[in-house]
Amino acid sequence: MSVSIGIDIGSTTAKVVVSKNDEIVFRKYERHFSQVRQKTLEIIKEAKEHLEGETFKVAISGSAGLGVAKSADIPFVQEVFATGELVRKALPDTDVVIELGGEDAKIIFFDKKTGGFEERMNGSCAGGTGAFIDQMATLLNVTPTELDELSRDHKFIYTIASRCGVFAKSDIQPLLNQGAGKSDIAASIFQAVVDQTITGLAQGKSIEGKVLFLGGPLFFFSGLRERFVETLNLNEDTAIFPEFSLYAVSMGSAIYAQTEQKTFTYDELVEKLENAVDETISTIRLPALFKDEAEYEEFVERHKKATIDTVELENYEGKAYIGIDCGSTTTKLVLIDENCNILYEYYNSNKGNPVEIVREQLCHLYELCGDKIVIAGSAVTGYGEDLIKNAFNIDAGLVETMAHLKAAAYFNPKVDFVLDIGGQDIKCFKIKNGVIDNIVLNEACSSGCGSFVETFAKSMGYDAKSFAKLGLYAQNPVDLGSRCTVFMNSSVKQAQKEGATIEDISAGLSISVTKNAIYKVIRAASPKDLGENIVVQGGTFLSDSILRSFEKEIGMNVIRPSISGLMGAYGAALYVKELHLEKSDMLNDEQLKNFKHTSKTVSCGLCNNKCNLTINTFEGNRKYISGNRCERPLGKKENNDLPNLFAYKLEKIKALKGAEGPLGKIGIPLGLNMYENIPFWHTFLTELGFEVVLSDISSRTLYRKGQHTIPSDTVCYPAKLMHGHIESLLEKGVKRIFYPCMPYNFDEKAGDNYYNCPVVAYYPELLQANIDKLAEVEYLNGYFGLHRPRDFEKKAYEYFGERFSLSAKQIKEASRKAFDAYEMWKADIRLKGRQAMEFAKENSLQVIVLAGRPYHIDPEINHGIDKMLTSFNLCVVTEDAVADLGNAGKVNVLNQWTYHSRLYNAANYVTTQDNMQLIQLVSFGCGIDAITTDEVRFILESKDKLYTQLKIDEINNLGAIRIRIRSLLAAIREKEAKRQNG
Amino acid sequence: MAEIIRDKKTGRILFTKEMKKEYTLLIPNMLPVHFKLFSKALQMHGYNVVLLETTGRQIVNEGLKNVHNDTCYPALLVIGQMIDALNSGKYDLNKTALMITQTGGGCRASNYIFLLRKALAKSGYENIPVISVNLSGMEKNPGFKLTLGLIKKLVYGIVYGDLLMLLANQTRPYEIAKGAADEMIDKWAAILNDEFKSSKNVTYKRVKYNMDRILADFNSIPINKTDKIKVGVVGEIYVKYAPLGNNNLEKFLQSEDVEVVVPGLMDFVIFKVDNRVVDPTIYGGGRIKHFVASKFENYLLGWQNDMIEAIKKYPRFTPPQSFLKTKEMVKGYVGYGNKMGEGWLLTGEMLELVHSGTNNIVCTQPFGCLPNHVAGKGMMKKIKALNPTANIVAIDYDPGATAINQENRIKLMIANAKRMKQSGIIENATAEDFITTAEEREKTTV
Repeated sequence: MSVSIGIDIGSTTAKVVVSKNDEIVFRKYERHFSQVRQKTLEIIKEAKEHLEGETFKVAISGSAGLGVAKSADIPFVQEVFATGELVRKALPDTDVVIELGGEDAKIIFFDKKTGGFEERMNGSCAGGTGAFIDQMATLLNVTPTELDELSRDHKFIYTIASRCGVFAKSDIQPLLNQGAGKSDIAASIFQAVVDQTITGLAQGKSIEGKVLFLGGPLFFFSGLRERFVETLNLNEDTAIFPEFSLYAVSMGSAIYAQTEQKTFTYDELVEKLENAVDETISTIRLPALFKDEAEYEEFVERHKKATIDTVELENYEGKAYIGIDCGSTTTKLVLIDENCNILYEYYNSNKGNPVEIVREQLCHLYELCGDKIVIAGSAVTGYGEDLIKNAFNIDAGLVETMAHLKAAAYFNPKVDFVLDIGGQDIKCFKIKNGVIDNIVLNEACSSGCGSFVETFAKSMGYDAKSFAKLGLYAQNPVDLGSRCTVFMNSSVKQAQKEGATIEDISAGLSISVTKNAIYKVIRAASPKDLGENIVVQGGTFLSDSILRSFEKEIGMNVIRPSISGLMGAYGAALYVKELHLEKSDMLNDEQLKNFKHTSKTVSCGLCNNKCNLTINTFEGNRKYISGNRCERPLGKKENNDLPNLFAYKLEKIKALKGAEGPLGKIGIPLGLNMYENIPFWHTFLTELGFEVVLSDISSRTLYRKGQHTIPSDTVCYPAKLMHGHIESLLEKGVKRIFYPCMPYNFDEKAGDNYYNCPVVAYYPELLQANIDKLAEVEYLNGYFGLHRPRDFEKKAYEYFGERFSLSAKQIKEASRKAFDAYEMWKADIRLKGRQAMEFAKENSLQVIVLAGRPYHIDPEINHGIDKMLTSFNLCVVTEDAVADLGNAGKVNVLNQWTYHSRLYNAANYVTTQDNMQLIQLVSFGCGIDAITTDEVRFILESKDKLYTQLKIDEINNLGAIRIRIRSLLAAIREKEAKRQNG
Repeated sequence: MAEIIRDKKTGRILFTKEMKKEYTLLIPNMLPVHFKLFSKALQMHGYNVVLLETTGRQIVNEGLKNVHNDTCYPALLVIGQMIDALNSGKYDLNKTALMITQTGGGCRASNYIFLLRKALAKSGYENIPVISVNLSGMEKNPGFKLTLGLIKKLVYGIVYGDLLMLLANQTRPYEIAKGAADEMIDKWAAILNDEFKSSKNVTYKRVKYNMDRILADFNSIPINKTDKIKVGVVGEIYVKYAPLGNNNLEKFLQSEDVEVVVPGLMDFVIFKVDNRVVDPTIYGGGRIKHFVASKFENYLLGWQNDMIEAIKKYPRFTPPQSFLKTKEMVKGYVGYGNKMGEGWLLTGEMLELVHSGTNNIVCTQPFGCLPNHVAGKGMMKKIKALNPTANIVAIDYDPGATAINQENRIKLMIANAKRMKQSGIIENATAEDFITTAEEREKTTV
């Protein structure tokens, strides 16, 4: 008789099976709360009756199992390998296994021919796992089970970024704030997991045939199963959801165990597990936050000084002002009197429905105020500003950065640096001469810090407050790094494995959040970089541990106002007070009581963007539409009158039409450097006698078509889109595709060299190696250089001449015409730029140089930022339209990429023009922009201009970007006002 | 004391002849054996060089503080290591200069030197001169010159380093007395360090003579040659080689009881020279450069060939594949114009390994490494399709990635390798399983 035990210890749960003659006689699935070894022992003891008197074999698997296996000297099997063992034995006709766990996601492809298998595990930058779903459920204020139930009633799927949890969160939050239905969001969350699995893991392999689904999330959530089945086009026969889903890895381990030599008896195994030493500490430990209690007391005393007086509401008569901060996860509200004292305050999670929370609060306030207190004004700020303002007819709205500055300046008029860490955002700004000089918001990848602590605390069985408290006296805080939360998750896992105490982890998390803010977001080298009068705020700084970490890290004391979490609301109240209104126009008590709010989702059909609109209807049939990128669905006309070179350049490309020719059709994928080079190639190929067919303009649908062939999920979005463009061409039935490799760009004599970035240069080769269907057409992806026009003629002849029976003369002529066409094209864009700037001068408008790469005019890449800018009454020009007017001279970096040289020169030109600003678009994953952004910033700031960087990705929502732009505009206005007032 | 003179056009501090006499030059380490010899070669030419061999988290922290966090990990580490050294108090800040290589391609690595200068300014070290070591004629300094003599000695350093690394890797897993291979490396490092003190010992003849002695020495180490799984390491040059960059990857693999195969540095150097030969043939122009580069390439190829021939005399050891053969292999995968970073050589090394019996490969790269999107991760699907026994895992390195995640993925690759070996897939693979002509590869997308 053969008995074996398979033990699978994942990031959150332990699974044990006992198998006797290939029959499972015992199985158990439990959360281990990081007590890995103890929990395993406990379960083994429960299985005693099956094990006593037997000699058996054991194997441990799972991400948290390695340490136990090592210290207890029990065989270990890698978990994907274990799954493979099970499949080979029990379900050999499986083609693909998709397994989602607490923090892991994997796909295993089986090759029936060789019996081999190929596995893909989530890398260090990928969410889409059980932990992600838990986190999202918390965000919606439901349990994961409720999330699943909600998803069943969905009618609509929103696009939620699928790269990692933090990204998705930035998409979900605005949807919530806009009042989108929870059912739809729940289903969209599952869809995001599916998408993440397909793009992040499949990486160029199609998921076909019989698919076996394993792991907790897939076992527990029917909504997730449904999304997978639908997206992958599976049916009952091809989608297998086994009853033993949760135990697959432990069952595979039990199978693997049989191949091992080592045998155990029950007592031996128990003894081994009991005596195993938890691994020695190798995670780096940091100094404690406080030496002793006395030091803590002193700290507390010091911070007590920064308070706002409160006045008993009952004792007050007169005017009062309401400030509301409708944040991403919390809603804050204050009522202040004529002397800026606080009469009433409210701070709570918005529970996914901020409208209802605000309504309740306002009703409550009316009741408290009675006739004695007149509400003279109300203002709202934060993510939900527009929604709340419209719902309740609030008097004023202001961008949150301004609200925070107002409040901070109240505490310290000399404030020169404000850092706010909220639930989901880190924002900070410098203040020079009382004007916001520089705003830094966290990019989607490092956000989520505050709510990460909260979610993490919850998962450890604590609330955020008491969890943070634990860290105060930790002896050896764990160094968890300063990167995104997904990275932290695995560092935490490692530290736990090494026996770090909960106190050490709590303190370590606080230190990480702080370091993240300082080094990742603000990127300060020294405290001097920040300022001398620092005010920190936001709910996250209510934690003494985080505050202390911050002071220790920068080596100086800062002010944390007692109302740290209420600063936005307080600032809004101060703002409306300054407006000196007589009485607020806000809905009255009666109207609030009868207030009704419904929301529905529609897809806007007014243009190709197909925005998902949420239509909120309030009582009296007042409507508020959100989710729109332009003004058209609101019944207003798009601001087409203002110059917009993004739109102009795109239209110019769209107008290119192929002409029938003797050589037949040739397809060109319209993406990356083709946005720059298309006038050249279009003319060249047309002249040679080809009918040029361009792929469709990028869209989300086009992206999805090519998604399954992307081999590297960390490459930039513009590159990923190329896969869809090839599919688009193939759909058009072209039999020949031209997409040349171009390491060199045009030589504009503006830098030390004229390279393209490595991705632009060689992506044609990657496509060839990863898109199977390209083998069916003639794919021309040779190397060309347009930097040496005469040599190009020769090289092009070598390439095209014989292949298409073209003469050297034909190619020479086509080439010359193509270079001319390119030059004319560029000249036209420069001219259009001049006209735009003249127009702006004549009409006293601001001009924004929306600077990036040529492919940033792609609407799927820029998500309509250009249109948003024109909706703010700004003229938009591109960097290549003005680069020739500036001369950045010798820059502090190696200036060797043509597109970059344009950025530097455009930035230089902007510094010479009063009515011009530059906003730099940066695609996530663009390694080279790590170099350009600092330099562009330097060029602008050295001439006292504001620098704004917008990092863009697949993320569709422009909420955060809107804040950036509004802050910039507010800052420009204040700067201008200062200047005029002397 | 040497006066600080700035370049008129760029404002950078020039490394003057006076500085050469007075200054200590700090250079970052990438490959322990090679770089020790490089520093000796530099010392022979009058530079007072110190090789930085520091490790520890503080290096990463300095990097995070001083370099844009989205910059590639090697830049962060190298710059962090230098700033950390300057902070250490060990060096007279008025008499210390830094040295860094600059490849000059379209990869952002060419910008390391500028990032280093920015970091220095940020940390208050703006008066520390930085020397660029490159073959493109960028950034000249009166006090530093890559002379022919120096270049030759550096090449010898590569030859010695590659040979020692290869022999130790092929001996270590089988040695009967644990540590014998490492002791042999130490022994030879000491001998060579000593020889490198005087130019008369660093000659063509001497290197040839020593190669044989080194081989004989390693050949005398008692081994028990068993059938072990071979794991190759390829990738971005710094994380591929530097233990600081790859969390001691080689040590980890050794602890997994596999034979580690690490392609040598010579290939990379020839590759970089070869790019200059190839460029004019693709885009035209540059005849003189083309001529000079060809000469130099031939010189390096000669050395590689000498080493291969020397190793062949000892059946116990497997020589590396010649550069030209590797170059031939990438046809149909990527073009020779793919030259940024490791370019086509990365694809080539994976193919070289797979075709020479090392089916299992760890492909290392810094998180988000741009050229490796194409030549590394981008080629894996095709390599696996055309070479069914290839078993490749891509590992990303960055300041936040934990060793546990990386090791788990590598363990899986090794488990897979063991299974393939046991099931006989490797032995049963026939020549037809490998599509070898370039023409066929071109046709087959997958």
